[in-house]
Amino acid sequence: MATVHVELVSVERPLWSGEATIVLARTTEGELGIMAGHTPLLGELAPGALVRIREDGGEELIVAAHGGFLSVTDKGVSVLAELAEFAEDIDVPRAEAALERARSGDEEDRQAKTAELRALTRLRAAGQPV
Amino acid sequence: MAARLREFRQRIRSVESTKKITKAMELIAGSRIAKARGRVESSRPYTEEITKVLTALASSASVDHPLLTERAEPKRAAVLVVTSDRGLAGGYSANAIRAAEELQALLREEGKEPKLYVIGRKGVGYYRFRDRPIDAQWTGFSEQPAYSDARDVGDALIAAFTAGADDTVESARSGSPDGPAGSPARSGSPDGGEDQIEGVDEIHIVYTEFVNVVTQHAVAKRIAPMVIEESEEPAPEGLIPLYEFEPDPEELLDALLPKYVTTRLYAALLESAASESAARQRAMKSASDNADELVVNLRRQLNAARQAEITQEISEIVGGANALADAR
Repeated sequence: MATVHVELVSVERPLWSGEATIVLARTTEGELGIMAGHTPLLGELAPGALVRIREDGGEELIVAAHGGFLSVTDKGVSVLAELAEFAEDIDVPRAEAALERARSGDEEDRQAKTAELRALTRLRAAGQPV
Repeated sequence: MAARLREFRQRIRSVESTKKITKAMELIAGSRIAKARGRVESSRPYTEEITKVLTALASSASVDHPLLTERAEPKRAAVLVVTSDRGLAGGYSANAIRAAEELQALLREEGKEPKLYVIGRKGVGYYRFRDRPIDAQWTGFSEQPAYSDARDVGDALIAAFTAGADDTVESARSGSPDGPAGSPARSGSPDGGEDQIEGVDEIHIVYTEFVNVVTQHAVAKRIAPMVIEESEEPAPEGLIPLYEFEPDPEELLDALLPKYVTTRLYAALLESAASESAARQRAMKSASDNADELVVNLRRQLNAARQAEITQEISEIVGGANALADAR
């Protein structure tokens, strides 16, 4: 099966790169899957959305990307994120605590919302029911 | 005599223990330079990607975004000064502040009122001592800035910029909202902000460029409004492909440009951190060298004093013996 080259880049460092059969993501417009030969595309990832990268070997990488963009060219797919974490690196109890804290509402509105969304994304990526 | 000897020994001990501290700081700073430069390197892929994406966007979208357009009559300009949190870094902070002063003088000449945004305890201290109003300040991360720090700063600056000079904005950052309104320069998260920030028409940044381990320059750059370079030459990797956009290009540009500004800020912070460590390493190296020299000189004086004491003792004994012999 044809594969597409994927680069996952966060601001602080490049996180992952490799070949994938399909990349699933959700932009602000809707869900999309990118396979080899996709037409060039620039998209803003929906806040709180997960990016799934199905590797060549069939394994699936789930990434919680915060504040991200997606760029597809003939050379491959780049996922740019301000902050990105792999599902297996997510500290579930910590994310849960963060969610708790964000919902308790002693922080400022906007900040609490960002924190809540971030915690939710993390939990979703880690496969926790939320 | 013995008292003088003890004094020399004490001073040698004290200089040596100071040297231990400066030596340790030198080594730490040295390893931090490498680390900071490594972080500059590892942030490069993102910067390159976002620049590519922006280039593609700018060629397909109409570019009349506020961050890209010059204001007709700029009245106020934000000046972000990046200094260090700690001293013992030679002229690092002083140079940045001097460059900022020059920039402010220039802005005043152009009829714009400079607004100070300060990063680093040293800069905050400098302006506070002189009773100059600081619009916002952030401290605590000058040596190892994280992206979230750059984002805090970027959010505040962009909010002020979007508002423009005719307006003020509610601080979007996490300061305590119940503080006295209108007080200039209070601190928050880590040194948050005041309740209202006056809007600005331009954003300038003064940071220290890292040329190499021995050379760093304080430089001033304008980060907003950005200047678009029109280039007729084809991109190095061939033609820019025709993209599909989700959402449409204008909205995308809206979302991307602030991130781009923040990325530039983050790069400037990282570079300043590398420069700070390099300046500190150099300062600490010369301090250690000076301590070495001091110890050598003090040893010499100590030995001379000890020898003088012995000589005096001998001559006293000889003199005494002679006097006894003469008396007989």
